[in-house]
Amino acid sequence: MPVLIAHTISEATEILAENPDATILNGGTDLMVEVNFNHRHPSSVLLLRNVPQLREWSIDSSQQTITIGAGVPYAAMETGAIAAAVPALAQAARTVGSPQIRAAGTMGGNLGTCSPAGDTLPVLSALEATIHLSSQDGERIVPFGEFMVGPKKNSRLQHEIITAVTLPITGRRQGYSKVGVRNAMVISVASACFAVVDDTPRLAMGSVGPTILRAVKAEKFLTEATTNLNIISDEIAREFGQIASTEARPIDDHRSTAQYRAHAIKVLASRLAVRGTAS
Amino acid sequence: MSSVKTKRDVLGTSSLRPDGGAKVKGDFAFTSDLHAENMLWGATLRSPHPHARIISIDTTAAWKIAGVECVVTADDVPGQLTYGLISSDQPVFAKDVVRYMGEPIAAVAADHPETCRRALAAITVVYEVLPVLFDPELAIGDDFEPIHPEGNLIRQQRIVHGDTSVVGDVIVEGHYVIGMQDQAFLGTESALALPDADGQGVEVFVATQWLHEDQKQMAACLNLPTERVRLVLGGVGGAFGAREDISLQVHTALLALRTSRPVKMQYGREESFFGHVHRHPATVWMRHHATNEGKIVKIEARFVFDGGAYASTSAAVLINGVTHTQGPYKCPVAVVDGYAVRTNNPPCGAMRGFGVVQACFAHEGQMDKLAAAVGTDPVSIRLMNAMETGDLLITGQPVESVAPVARLIRETNEIPLPPDLAMDANELELPGGSGITAERKHIKRGIGWGVSIKNIMYSEGFDDYSTARCTLSDGKVVLKFATSEVGQGFVTLAPQIARSVLGVTDAVCDTIDTQIGSAGSTSASRQTWMSGGAVDGACRLVRERLFEVVGAQHNIEPIRFAIEDDEIVDTAGTFRMSVIEASQGITISETFEHHHRPTEELDENGQGNCHVAFAFVAHRAVVDVDPELGLVKVVQIATAQDVGQVLNPLSVLGQIEGGIAQGLGLAVMEEIIVQEGRVRNPSFTDYLLPTALDAPVVVARMIEEYEQQAPLGAKGVGEPPCISVTPAIVAAIRDAIGKDIDRCPVRPQDICL
Ligand SMILES: Cc1cc2nc3c(=O)[nH]c(=O)nc-3n(C[C@H](O)[C@H](O)[C@H](O)COP(=O)(O)OP(=O)(O)OC[C@H]3O[C@@H](n4cnc5c(N)ncnc54)[C@H](O)[C@@H]3O)c2cc1C
Repeated sequence: MPVLIAHTISEATEILAENPDATILNGGTDLMVEVNFNHRHPSSVLLLRNVPQLREWSIDSSQQTITIGAGVPYAAMETGAIAAAVPALAQAARTVGSPQIRAAGTMGGNLGTCSPAGDTLPVLSALEATIHLSSQDGERIVPFGEFMVGPKKNSRLQHEIITAVTLPITGRRQGYSKVGVRNAMVISVASACFAVVDDTPRLAMGSVGPTILRAVKAEKFLTEATTNLNIISDEIAREFGQIASTEARPIDDHRSTAQYRAHAIKVLASRLAVRGTAS
Repeated sequence: MSSVKTKRDVLGTSSLRPDGGAKVKGDFAFTSDLHAENMLWGATLRSPHPHARIISIDTTAAWKIAGVECVVTADDVPGQLTYGLISSDQPVFAKDVVRYMGEPIAAVAADHPETCRRALAAITVVYEVLPVLFDPELAIGDDFEPIHPEGNLIRQQRIVHGDTSVVGDVIVEGHYVIGMQDQAFLGTESALALPDADGQGVEVFVATQWLHEDQKQMAACLNLPTERVRLVLGGVGGAFGAREDISLQVHTALLALRTSRPVKMQYGREESFFGHVHRHPATVWMRHHATNEGKIVKIEARFVFDGGAYASTSAAVLINGVTHTQGPYKCPVAVVDGYAVRTNNPPCGAMRGFGVVQACFAHEGQMDKLAAAVGTDPVSIRLMNAMETGDLLITGQPVESVAPVARLIRETNEIPLPPDLAMDANELELPGGSGITAERKHIKRGIGWGVSIKNIMYSEGFDDYSTARCTLSDGKVVLKFATSEVGQGFVTLAPQIARSVLGVTDAVCDTIDTQIGSAGSTSASRQTWMSGGAVDGACRLVRERLFEVVGAQHNIEPIRFAIEDDEIVDTAGTFRMSVIEASQGITISETFEHHHRPTEELDENGQGNCHVAFAFVAHRAVVDVDPELGLVKVVQIATAQDVGQVLNPLSVLGQIEGGIAQGLGLAVMEEIIVQEGRVRNPSFTDYLLPTALDAPVVVARMIEEYEQQAPLGAKGVGEPPCISVTPAIVAAIRDAIGKDIDRCPVRPQDICL
């Protein structure tokens, strides 16, 4: 199996144009598992680890945004400047796997796989991040909501590479929580990201539907029920969680039950709504 | 003569594992690391159905693939078509019918694992799917067509003891459910088979718990004389009961004999879930009768163990379960009914705790119910009923072992409780861990108790002896035995014994293989007692001979000699000589078989002295629970364990900590999910094992009361740590949330919905 090694983004898009069947390899923490399990048999692999640009991140202070390369490993998001700019992303990154997985795994790979249980995805949804895609045809910027289109399905075209993600730096409350049946290294049974963006509340839910779901009714309720998003009563928080859980579309599987997942969303949403407030 | 004595790793010291360094550095050769010149790979075709008739098997296309050297099915088995530990009811390859998902149907040998994979895909099997017997209750009566010629009931055992008309002042009752746990050893099944040049025999390196039992079953299936099937223990990466049954042994040897080439087989993690037996899922009903004060006067119980498709050790697991109904408590009267049944679920057999885990989960739940009913606390109720040496079990068997149950409870109770969860506790310390699901204020703490009794060694009239040879030459000892080293530390202990008995420093273990008599299985917490007894016996025989030699040389009655540190001393004179010097130029070799005292079978009322000896342990669990989300963090396990004599403190602590982690797994996360005979989570992604963040602080006390029956005064310590910790954790969860929970593992929804 040929391994094609790119050193720049343009080299990578060129290789991909010439080898439309090539499978992109980033940290390999999803792909290599699938190969080992014989679920995927790539005919060739495009290696992105030697593209320094993909491992960079930058802050645009005029726009108040941060752009994180698709090859930045989770370990780099857990602390430091990225964590300060997007605390919910740092929390999501910390919940991914084990130290070994966080040293190798990337947001590009999380987006490439696009599992409803992917831990960074609710953060990208709540913060309405944009995904940068590059190809020989140029660059395309797609809002997250249009990027993830189904379980393990995204709108990336075969000849495109995910290069980066841009997120707003809100300076307001945000947080991520994930429920699993073990205290670390576990696939989420239900997860949620709450963030205040442009003075409106946002709630995105993971593992409770075919894609990451936005709890639009709950968001609307909270907007109307409060005047100051830093002062939320327990009662309102409970109601917020209650509404959010009705917007979840969970299923029963071997990891949990639909009933528990909906319940967990209710609890997570109401806790996140008040997390970090004075109350 | 040396005056400065070097420290020798004798009994009682924390001698380090001889293979420890290599294991830590990754240098240790596990069976899966073995390789032979000109080697082929083997792989197994398995049934996708839990129950189906095989209409046809066509291997033609597989044979045609380049690199494929051999394809075998049931038609190619030269000897007995079935195998099994107790009853030979499991086919080497399914022929007419498959009875569980994952049952082997054919095996291939090829030049590469990938070629094997393609060969398996090229085999066409036509099935007629049959109705699946997945409800163990349906297997008890005549409600379901027998799924096996030997019927759906593997064994039934009743226990009736004492005046059963007795009724208690207080009665408590409970239904308990125990999920299917996996042994989840890290080193998956693996074997390397090397055919003899004449094609009439085979040498097999295999990771197993009992070389001679494998040898016997393999020889029967391969139709070879036992001595032509030579087994060598390959490096074993854990066992916990899952290597008692045959898995790939016959397949690998058969392929090697057929191809006249070395063949290696190794299961991946998913295949491993289908390749070995699991812990029996069980339902247990118990009704305890007690006086108003809380003294037990009668126990009624009913057990159903789901044995899955084949018998394995189900019959013995059942007996362990029913005979441990009372737990470590006095009980004058009992009526117990137990069933081990056959279903189309995955076969179940041995796992650490062997039937007692299921009984203990129920009787400990009952003790807490009883405490609540009579208005006392979990500690007092257990102390009030604590068993003592000399008590009669519900089988009529007297407990002759040291039985320090009350002391274990008291000593555990004396261990300080952990500090309260700090108001600013790090989020990783809270239930939910790295998921950051809770704040300090959401968390409730609970405390729970579990105490257990466990039989050690095999039961019901079985003579599970062990053999060892000790050879002393030039001050060096070589020990030979067939005792499987599966991580428990016999390779550490055996040289310790030799150093203590013979005064040598240099003691090593020879290759572990079938070139000596059987050691019995590394299970039932028995090897320290049994193989320890055999090594001790062999070393003592050698010591006697050495004393004779030295006595003859120096004209001293051998009876006057003793070993003092590393010297032979005349206890009635001044003669001293180092063992090294005394054994220069001579070789003394002795073999010893250790047998435990005989046991009896049970009669139809479950009466009889069926067990050899017993070990006890107490556990107290402290857990933090997020009641709203149903998440749990086990904070601390305090334990006092009846160990007889500590022979290696570090090894004992390792067993205690490891057993607790395994019991914790069963309490809160480890379960093979089976739906209508289909395993839904055969991976470590979805079969959850505790991580470092789930592991509690363990505070352990080893209670030393010398066990007179045991050759070294030491009881087995392997199984007890994992038995009562599970009910202790579940009791602590109940205590934290004030809600009854009757199953393990406890799932989040059991707590919060
Ligand atoms: C033990 C273990 C634990 C895990 N725990 C978690 C967890 O807790 N939470 C979680 O969310 N995930 C978890 N994962 C899954 C995995 O680590 C993450 O999804 C990770 O983000 C994948 O990133 P990667 O760089 O390793 O991707 P890769 O495996 O390299 O790629 C994944 C997929 O994305 C595609 N891809 C990668 N990069 C690009 C790109 N730049 N452009 C286009 N396509 C691309 C690949 O072709 C492939 O299909 C775990 C995995 C393991 C093995």
